[in-house]
Amino acid sequence: MGVEIEVEGLTKSFGRQVIWQDVSLTLPAGEISVMLGPSGTGKSVFLKTLVGLLKPDRGSIVIQGRDLTTLREHDLYEVRKLFGVLFQDGALFGSMSLYDNIAFPLREHTRKSESDIKSIVLEKMDMVGLIGSESKLPGEISGGMRKRAGLARALVLDPEIILFDEPDSGLDPVRTAYLNQLIVDLNAAIEATFLIVTHDINTARTVPDNIGLLYHRHLAMFGPREMLLSSEEPVVRQFLNAQRQGPIGMAEEKDADELAQEEAEGHELPPLPSIPLQITPSDGSVRGTAREPGAWCRENGVTPPPGSFESRTAAEPDAARHEHTAGREPAYAPVPATERLP
Amino acid sequence: MSNPAVGALRQSGNLFALGLDVLRTLPRRPFQTKEFIQQSWFIASVTILPTALVSIPFGAVIAMQLGNLSRQLGAQSFTGSASVLAVIREASPIVTALLIAGAGGSAICADLGARKIREEIDAMQVLGIDPIQRLVVPRVLASMLVAVLLNGLVSVVGVAGGYFFNVVLQGGTPGAYLASFTALAQLPDLYVGELKALVFGAIAAIVASYKGLTAGGGPKGVGDAVNQSVVITFMLLFVVNFVMTAVYFQVVPQKLG
Repeated sequence: MGVEIEVEGLTKSFGRQVIWQDVSLTLPAGEISVMLGPSGTGKSVFLKTLVGLLKPDRGSIVIQGRDLTTLREHDLYEVRKLFGVLFQDGALFGSMSLYDNIAFPLREHTRKSESDIKSIVLEKMDMVGLIGSESKLPGEISGGMRKRAGLARALVLDPEIILFDEPDSGLDPVRTAYLNQLIVDLNAAIEATFLIVTHDINTARTVPDNIGLLYHRHLAMFGPREMLLSSEEPVVRQFLNAQRQGPIGMAEEKDADELAQEEAEGHELPPLPSIPLQITPSDGSVRGTAREPGAWCRENGVTPPPGSFESRTAAEPDAARHEHTAGREPAYAPVPATERLP
Repeated sequence: MSNPAVGALRQSGNLFALGLDVLRTLPRRPFQTKEFIQQSWFIASVTILPTALVSIPFGAVIAMQLGNLSRQLGAQSFTGSASVLAVIREASPIVTALLIAGAGGSAICADLGARKIREEIDAMQVLGIDPIQRLVVPRVLASMLVAVLLNGLVSVVGVAGGYFFNVVLQGGTPGAYLASFTALAQLPDLYVGELKALVFGAIAAIVASYKGLTAGGGPKGVGDAVNQSVVITFMLLFVVNFVMTAVYFQVVPQKLG
């Protein structure tokens, strides 16, 4: 059913360089969260810290009442069994076939017979659409297939938490759309806690229940998807809408002079684009943790940007899914003509 | 804080920590028999031929040097003895060490380094498997085993090469050469040679594993790691060799010719 991860005051630095400090957030059990951030803000470091591969300087990560940062190496290996991690390039073992790669955790950690293992492995391979490639070596397949194989391997031990390190990097938009749909379907099926680290705003706008934004060595904001997508906070707004106007510069944050200049020149921020509908499971079911579109905005008295949550097929999840996987409209949703007038 | 001296100390500290971790993980079950056999076979296959080829001229050079020296001193009857002593005590562990580090260690380092940058090592840790137990321990043991066996090979080939050069090329007498074998050399010489090889094998594999597991910065990082691992291993081996030799002479009484 997924477990909650409580992160409190987490700080990490390499030498004198602070990566991020004082990051506090709670990943709610069973929900999909996305961690966004400009390149080089330590998103992958955050993910590796969550699994205990890197030790933070300060702070705690509590899972099922155990603090990962203080656990001994041996206990850490136990806690890690709760995790499934999809690394950027799949991180498959180069000397093993896909089948052996996916069977590896089962052979190491369970006493299942080879026939049981086979049925589990084939089931997971079917889930990610890799049937027929069992005997291929990781070097012989495409990047997208490696990612899916890595995902299948992360799934075999029925993890309670799945972490995705840039699932969309290096994939074309269509494959990204399929992978995003797969992530949503998986979440509906196994109800584990998902954390996706990415800088793809398209993914961030349509997949998760919660969004976090790492920026300038701290966590700028973390909360429900609609909260961030309707936020007027400059950094969040700039990043989620891929604009140049705002505090984020090419290299790092812009300095005060540049910001003042921008303001003096009277750059009008474009209006917020509409909030797209969340991707729904492809079988038409509703995920246990999904909230009704617009619920957060209503509860908090926020008026969503015009055109939000509208879909001609909103009532028919099946058609809605078709639109999301094929059309992938939202990230740069066209602003309605009336809004464009000065 | 980050001056080079501190960096060097930290590196050596981490290296020793890995050595201790290997020691601590050694008794942990299940033992990776398959990996151990594969690695032993692999290390042996990359080192046997170069070792044999290096040890023939090595034995020959020693034989020639000693042959001339002993003739100048008028001690031809001890040529065989001295040559055996030199080969068994010093030459063969050193040749073994150089090849284990140069051929075996660099291969181990490159392999682990490539896995590290492909995030395979991280993936393994996340899957709840300790890479030290799974990968490093079998490699260290394999390297130790192969080093001991190679040392035997080098000793035999070196002595045979020395015999060939002394008897066939320098006109020494076979009988005198063979008869003097045990005049200076004694069994503990062979033991200490094997012990040295064992230690050298362990050091080479631990340094290679350490450098491989800490490789970073893409393919270039792996190349650098391999380079450093070979250099560090060589330096360590010569220091350790000196220490072990010094201790040996203090502890084991020498034969008086």
